[in-house]
Amino acid sequence: MNVEIDQEGCVAAGQCVLAAPDVFDQRDEDGVAVLLREPLADEYDATREAALLCPARAIALSE
Amino acid sequence: MERVVVVGASAAGSTTAQTLRREGFAGAITVIGDEPHLPYDRPPLSKQVLLGSWPVERTSFGPSTTYAEQGIDLRLGSRAAGLDLSRRVVELATGEEVGWDHLVVATGVQPLQLREGHHLAGVHLLRTLDDAVALRKSLVDASAVVVVGAGFLGSETAAAARQLGCEVTLVDLAPAPMAVQLGAEVGWMIAELHAANGVRVLGGSGVTRLLGESAVEGVELADGSVVKADAVLVAVGTRPLTDWLVTSELPCGDGVLCEDTPAGVHAAGDVARWNSARFGVSLRLEHRFNATEQAVCAARRILGQDIGFDPVPYFWTDQYDARIQVYGVVPPDARLVVVQGDPGARKFLAHYVSGGRVSAVLGWNMPRELRSERALLTAI
Repeated sequence: MNVEIDQEGCVAAGQCVLAAPDVFDQRDEDGVAVLLREPLADEYDATREAALLCPARAIALSE
Repeated sequence: MERVVVVGASAAGSTTAQTLRREGFAGAITVIGDEPHLPYDRPPLSKQVLLGSWPVERTSFGPSTTYAEQGIDLRLGSRAAGLDLSRRVVELATGEEVGWDHLVVATGVQPLQLREGHHLAGVHLLRTLDDAVALRKSLVDASAVVVVGAGFLGSETAAAARQLGCEVTLVDLAPAPMAVQLGAEVGWMIAELHAANGVRVLGGSGVTRLLGESAVEGVELADGSVVKADAVLVAVGTRPLTDWLVTSELPCGDGVLCEDTPAGVHAAGDVARWNSARFGVSLRLEHRFNATEQAVCAARRILGQDIGFDPVPYFWTDQYDARIQVYGVVPPDARLVVVQGDPGARKFLAHYVSGGRVSAVLGWNMPRELRSERALLTAI
């Protein structure tokens, strides 16, 4: 699974971190989402949930 | 084959349809939207679109091919005019009927107008992409702008207009901007933020009428004074779009009452009202994240999952350099307690305490720290 974050579109809601805390984090200074690492197979569902819940639709997945 | 009809093609409507497909719904999906545009996102309208920092296309949720590939029948420029619950059909304005086994009502809200003056050139409402484009055009040419109503849309628009170089007056009946949504204390901080950026903030001021011959020239306040204006945004609230449901007997009362809908009928987004056991209140939220959460819930219920809906609401506003984010529900009587940072430095976390418990948490330019505060609310 490949994960891309549109950091300019990100609104720093942090919902991705709540859904998949081992995959996403937020920058200290402005809360913009960052990718910690590519998700492991058992994190795919949580990563899909993160992309689904993003209120800026700023996470694109290719599987 | 099972048929889902979603009425409304904005965030809630499109998310419902796409979640259904992604999570394995094999039946027919029809999405009915009254606007001519492909589904798009609204929060950028009062920010990036007004400022001109994004081309309008960037608000789109994706090209029409996405819906075609997902087998979603997207009917744009098409208005639902009625609902027959016994025959399970939506009646379109054209007279056509669309049958369903599951219905999702996601028709959103429409902005309220002042009693008169909306015919004047330069007077705007802000709900749709077309509204935003027209308002931006007006702001670019305007020298004096009055924003009537200092909620989310009004406050964000005042900030954008100021950043475009206009002289801006922000007027509201409430004592301070967003005081209704965030309480008076945070309202005063937002008033200071606007004042520091050169906006004239008039709290506790009613608007009696808009003045002008064919184009707007000013706004008359309740005290008789007149504020000069060549562009006006009226952002004084909304009403849920349930007119088309009136004859259907679908239970409505300031929104579709989710607990009382018959089997197979769901509501999502700005139009939906539900009882929150977590917060002990009836809620109808016009927040972007709620549209997503409720749409996902509606889709999963249609897919047969027995899930409840009682989330911790999340909303935000961006004005100038301030990113203000909130989890929870802010009761009118809540006391604000700053727990970290400094409001004077415009970087802090605060709790809203009501009835001896924390019912909301607010972060002003502290997004990462705010996220961990949310745990206080999930325990309720």
